[in-house]
Order: sequence, then structure tokens, then C-alpha cells
Amino acid sequence: MSRLLKFNIFRYNPQDEASVPHMDEFVLEETDAMTLFIALNRIREEQDASLQFDFCCRAGICGACGMVINGRPGLACHTKTRDLPGEITLLPLPVFKLVGDLSVDTGTWFREMYNKTESWIHTNKVFDENALEERMDNDVAESIYELDRCIECGCCVSACGTARIREDFMGAVALNRIGRFLIDPRDQRTERDYYEIIGNDMGIFGCMGLLACEDVCPKHLPLQNQLGFLRRKMGITAIKTLFKG
Amino acid sequence: MQTIYTDVLVIGAGLAGERAAIEAAQAGNSTICLSIVPARRSHSSAAQGGMQAALGNSCMGDGDCPDVHFEDTVKGSDWGCDQEVARLFADRAPIEMRQLAHWGVPWNRVVPGKSNYFKGGQQFEKEEREDKAGLITSRAFGGTAKRRTCYVSDGTGHAVLFTVDNVCAQKGVEVHDKTEAIALIHDGETCFGAIARSLRTGELFAYIAKATMVASGGFGRIYPNTTNAVICDGSAHTAVLETGVVPMGNMEAVQFHPTGIVPTDILVTEGCRGDGGTLLDVNEERFMHKYEPEKAELASRDVVSRWMTHHMREGFGVKSAYGEHLWLDIRHLGEKHITGKLREVYEICTSFLGIDPIHQLIPVRPTQHYSMGGIRTDKDGAAYGLKGLFSAGEASCWDMHGFNRLGGNSLAETVVAGGIVGRKIVEYVEGTEVLFNSRIIDETAAAQKERIDSLVSGRNGKENVYKVRADMQNALHKGANIFRTEEGLQECVDSLQKVLERARTVGLRTNGIGANPELAAALKIEGQVKLALMIAYGALQRTESRGSHNREDYPARNDRDWLVRTLAYWKNTDDMLPTLEYEPATKTVEIPPGDRGYGKMAVISADDSEGKEG
Repeated sequence: MSRLLKFNIFRYNPQDEASVPHMDEFVLEETDAMTLFIALNRIREEQDASLQFDFCCRAGICGACGMVINGRPGLACHTKTRDLPGEITLLPLPVFKLVGDLSVDTGTWFREMYNKTESWIHTNKVFDENALEERMDNDVAESIYELDRCIECGCCVSACGTARIREDFMGAVALNRIGRFLIDPRDQRTERDYYEIIGNDMGIFGCMGLLACEDVCPKHLPLQNQLGFLRRKMGITAIKTLFKG
Repeated sequence: MQTIYTDVLVIGAGLAGERAAIEAAQAGNSTICLSIVPARRSHSSAAQGGMQAALGNSCMGDGDCPDVHFEDTVKGSDWGCDQEVARLFADRAPIEMRQLAHWGVPWNRVVPGKSNYFKGGQQFEKEEREDKAGLITSRAFGGTAKRRTCYVSDGTGHAVLFTVDNVCAQKGVEVHDKTEAIALIHDGETCFGAIARSLRTGELFAYIAKATMVASGGFGRIYPNTTNAVICDGSAHTAVLETGVVPMGNMEAVQFHPTGIVPTDILVTEGCRGDGGTLLDVNEERFMHKYEPEKAELASRDVVSRWMTHHMREGFGVKSAYGEHLWLDIRHLGEKHITGKLREVYEICTSFLGIDPIHQLIPVRPTQHYSMGGIRTDKDGAAYGLKGLFSAGEASCWDMHGFNRLGGNSLAETVVAGGIVGRKIVEYVEGTEVLFNSRIIDETAAAQKERIDSLVSGRNGKENVYKVRADMQNALHKGANIFRTEEGLQECVDSLQKVLERARTVGLRTNGIGANPELAAALKIEGQVKLALMIAYGALQRTESRGSHNREDYPARNDRDWLVRTLAYWKNTDDMLPTLEYEPATKTVEIPPGDRGYGKMAVISADDSEGKEG
């Protein structure tokens, strides 16, 4: 006999004046290899067609389906129901603006993050169509990619104690982004330039070191090491700046 | 309703759309991309394997050049491609890879010295050259004479999309995400932009633009089993076909990828086989080398998928609760390789299947993967039928892929075509005066509001959109799959026509307020069934086999009668079938039709004097 799963799902449609925030209960028979992707689509197609949630690649690659699953932020698409108890509570990610039910607006938050961190290569070199590419050590390329693997799902921000209490905290995702450009030889920004962006309480010095970010990261990015590395690097930059007066 | 003006409007914010948007913005044009999801979640991000470009840096790619890449592409297309376009692409691809490196893509690089590699389960040794150290390296993909596929681990699409979206942010390209185009604004001659629905609030917006580009990717979701993301449902195509004047090219050309995993249909990359993985049957024995002695597992995708299906039909499939499948074996590549260069594959297997590919076999079968067909454009990316409308990437039929595209050629196409078409859009915008007629804008908006009201009120009927969608998907799966027959296709067309009638009577069960997902599905369902009919009817009429289009009743490639591209129009919205026209596959012929070197089949030569059949 397969289990009957009980889903408690947060419901609120801000566009509907008649809607008030509440929890709805749905019951679904568990099937083999069921994921939350399969379960939520079945609920929408069979029980309530107005249920809002976000999926895109449904393969753990795009980061669209972050939500709070039994109290923990994670990707719904690769969460298997067999790893969960019979009662499953789903809430939208906090910090991000609610669109409706389980759907949140991550796009606006991340666009702001790109602008704050100037998330692009800063260089005065001009691309020459006729030249060979600049050489790069393969180990360097691989270490850049290691940090570039972030899928911007927002789980680390939602799980962050600091981000929950102060809106202007940049979060592990932004700090990791700076770390990615810092090790990229193509980016000509100096440590002083990066310090201008993250050398403050909104950035690396705001981190309380709780490290839930690393615990919930679905891509297992080395966020703890990154934050430690940046804190040391920016600390040294701060001292150097102090002595230069 | 709010009206937003922009010089250039791009529908889609994946690699093709954003690459073109960069060209537009760099030239000083205001540029907006509309996207159903935040740009970086676009399906380009899911492309694992890489991009083909003839850089020739790795020792296994020594001697490569655009000529060889061009030849592989034409053969891969089974001579269905436009050779002028394939040439443009092959010549430009290496420059584009370097451009991406300049912008920040962490391409894997050549490491000099000796190392081992696998082919067909056997281990070999190679030695990379010292003078190539640190240049962009490449891996093997199917249907290529050289190792040509540039890659970033197995997250190439992700890494390139993040880089290109970074450049968009830098250049001031606006991305309006959670926004879905539902109709084009046009007067039958010129396109003036689109009406879009906000997936945040449900509000409608009119986007008015001098040039509009559709770069919305493929439409695999009209099949029940596809590797495509849920957003790849052809909604932008439904807006384009409703114009009645813009044709879809070669819709019957649908690619089935050999290695979708069972049961979830998620793709594992061709890089698995490129790096030496093998396909095994129920007896855990290799079989591809028996059918394709030279290329074996690395023949083109249409050929491998066909033989896999054939082999299962012969009784060598593995039975499972989710139907028959075969095995992909990468165990011999070792832990370091699998958790390094094939890490996404490792994560997909462990997260979704509960299988450890270092020690276990991966269940795979051919799965709908890519739409060679799409919005027909000329070599500049300008759509047939409407001025000011452009298209690039999988959404388009540009047409460098013909009846089968090679692995690594579509991801490369996104940026190469995006760049080329982006520059043509800049030329168009600079050289054209566009007069906007407010009456046409208002009428289009009113018609869309009317459409929404009808769905919400249920005045056309109360048909359930999800049931209609499932019936459409199942009809296509049954009739327009890897092997096709007249009987099966005729039945498919008949059932789809019935589904079309029902699609016209869909009504919501919910109130439709806000970002209502049922309304989003209902707005596109009629157009999706029309797309499905374009596939099935085009396949029924094409009485030959070419690339991915396999007619069991017409097994030969017929260059005498069918060296043509299908153009499918939906001329009047109430029609029950598309109107098909044909044009020569290519005007320029650098390589005349011949033997592909794999997937051997009979050929009716263009010189055969017999008259055109039926």
C-alpha cells in the first residue's frame, strides 16, 4: 500500500481582494519515484488549478523552484517524497517578494544584486576578432567555474539569519559572486575595488557566521570557505587602507 | 493597459535572445527582453555538453577548420539545411567562442602532456601539445570528424548564460521577467511589437518596438516525454502562427535524444558517450558497433536513437515499470572524471534516480529533445512574411540543422546566430522608419482581453485545459515519433483535429485573477494543437526518410522529390489544417547530396529521371 501524503500549502493571491493568507490541505496518493515536481503538478491539474508555484528545468539546474519544505529551503524538483514524512508543509521562500502561493519574485532581487556587485568582467582590453584567445591555466578555469556553479535559487538568502533581520544584507550569493570575479585574472578590479562593494556591514562584515547558507545550498558550493576567505582578504585590505591613511 | 516603447523587443532571454540584445544595446538602442522566467533560468542554462567551433586546439581536433565543421553540419542535416547559413555559422563560431572567453566564460583549457581517454569502452593515450597550453580545449561529440566541442565542465550552457546575462546587465539591456508574450501586434505586413501578460499580476502590457525578435527556444512540451524545461511549450510560436502570414519551417523535423533518463526524461549529456561511455542492452552487451561499425555510439543522434529503438523492438530492451529502456554505462570513466567533468550527470543520477553512476548503469531511452523546425527566417534572421520580425536560436528555422542537428551545434548556434541576427537588427532599426498605428495596437489588445474574458467566463465551453493538453501530447507521441507510417500519421492528424475542436471550447475552473496558471495554459492551448498539427501533417505529406524523419513506408532519402523545406502556414484562425508550401532546401550547394558515412539508407538520387511521385 502506498502512503497517502498530506500537503499543507501556503495560499495567498495578492491580486485577489477576496484572498487572505492561509494554509490549504491536499491529500495525494504517493507514487513510485515521486518528487515535489510531480506532486505539485498533480495537485494543480487534479485538485486546484489556481495553485501557483514555479518550475522550469525540473532537473536541479535552473534554480526556479526554491521553497521552504518542512521548514528548510530547498529545490522542490529534486526533493523526493520518499525522503519526507507523510505530512509535508510547503511555504514560499522568505526575503523575496511574494507573487502568489509558493511563487516568489527572485528576478528583481537578483538583478539588483548584479548591479550592486557589478557582476561582470571589468577590463580595459578591447576584444580583437582576429587574435587568439588569451591563455588561461585550466586549473584557474576550473576554480572559477566551481564558484560560477551557483544557480541563484535564493535558498542561501532565505536561510540566512542576517538577511532575515536586515533587508540590505547582500547574502552569501552576492559574496560568492565577488569571490568568483576576485580569482578571475580577466577582471582588472583591485582588492580595494572589491572592498568598496563588500567591505561593510551590508557585505562580508555583516555575516554572523551561522552558515546555514552552505547547509542548504543545493549545488554544495563551498560557501563557508568563500566567506572565510573574503573576510580575511577584506580584513587585510581594511588594515592596509588604515595604514596608508 | 500600460504601453511600453522600446527600439528593440526580444521575446525570450536565453542565449540567442540576450546575445542579440547585447548587439542592439551596444549600438545605442533601448532593448527589452521579455522572459517567462528570470533570464538565467532560461533553458539554455540546462545545456550541459558544449559548443562546436573549429578552433583545433586539442590534439584530437588537430587540423580542424570551419570547412570540416561545415561538412559535418551538412552531413548531419542529411542535406536538409541551408548551406549558405551552415557556412556562415561554421566560419563565425570560433570568433564567437573567443568573444565569450573575453566576456568571462571559464572555458576548459588545453593541458599539455600525456593523458588517457576512452572510446567504445577501450582506453587510449593522447598527448596535448605544449604550444597550445591554456587555449580553449574541446571534447568529442557525435557526428563529427574532429573533437570540436568547447565546454565548461558539463555546465556549458549555465556558464555561458551567466556570462552573457552579466554583459546584458552591464550594457543596460532590460529583462522583464515573469512576462509572457501572447500576441504579436502587426498589420499583415509589418510587426510592431507584442501584447504580453504579466505572470506577477496578470495585467496586460503593450510593448511597441521598431524591431521584434522571437528567441523563445523550442516547443518540446507539446510531447508528453521531453527533455525540455516546462517553459519550452511553444507559447511564442502560437503568437507567431496566429499572424497567418509567417510560416514555420520543417516542423516535422523533431530530434529524439538517445539518452533521456527513465522515468523523469531528464537529459544526460552526449558528453557521456563523447568521453567514452557506451550503450548496453538487456544482456549488458554493447550493440551500437554492430549497426554502426565506424562511429558506433557516436553516430549522429537521429541514427543512434533509431538503432536504439530498433534494438528494443528486436527484444533487447530492459523491461521496467516505466516501459522499456537500455543502459548507459560510464562506470569505466572512473570517479574523478564522473564527479568532475560529468558532475551534473552524477548529480542528476543520484538526486533523481537514486543511482550511483560510478558503480551502476543508467537507464536511458530516446526522448524528444530538440525542434529543428521553427519560425522560418532568411539568412539575416528576418522572418518570412512580416517586416520587423526576427528570430534566432531553437525558436527559428534559420536553417543550419536541416533534418538533424549535431550535438553542440545548437548551443553554438544560439550565440553565433544571436550575434549575426543582432547586428542585422541594428542595421534594420537604423535604416527603417516605422509608423505606429494606435488603432492596430488597441484592436490587438482588445482582442486579447476578449480572449481572456471568454476563457474566464466559459462562454465557449467548459473543456478542461489539462485534459486537452494531455490528449494532444499523447496523439503526437503515438503518431509522430521516431518511426512513422502513413497510417499512424493519418490517425494522429485525425485525433489532433478532434483535440483542436475541444481546445476551442476550453473554459477555466478558477477565477483567472492575477498570475493564474490555468489561464496561462488556456491562452496557448489552441495554438499548441496547431503546432502539433503542423508536425503531424508535414510528416504525413513528406513521403521519404531524411535525418530524424523516418517513414517506415518510405525508407529511402528522396533527393529527387524531397530536397525541399516544408513551410507550414495557419492562414485563417478557424482552419482545421495548416497550409503547406515548399521551397528548395538550399540555393547554394557547396556539397551535393551524398553518403553521410553513418546511418546507411537507400537514396533516390536527384538525377533519377522518374517523375515526382504522389
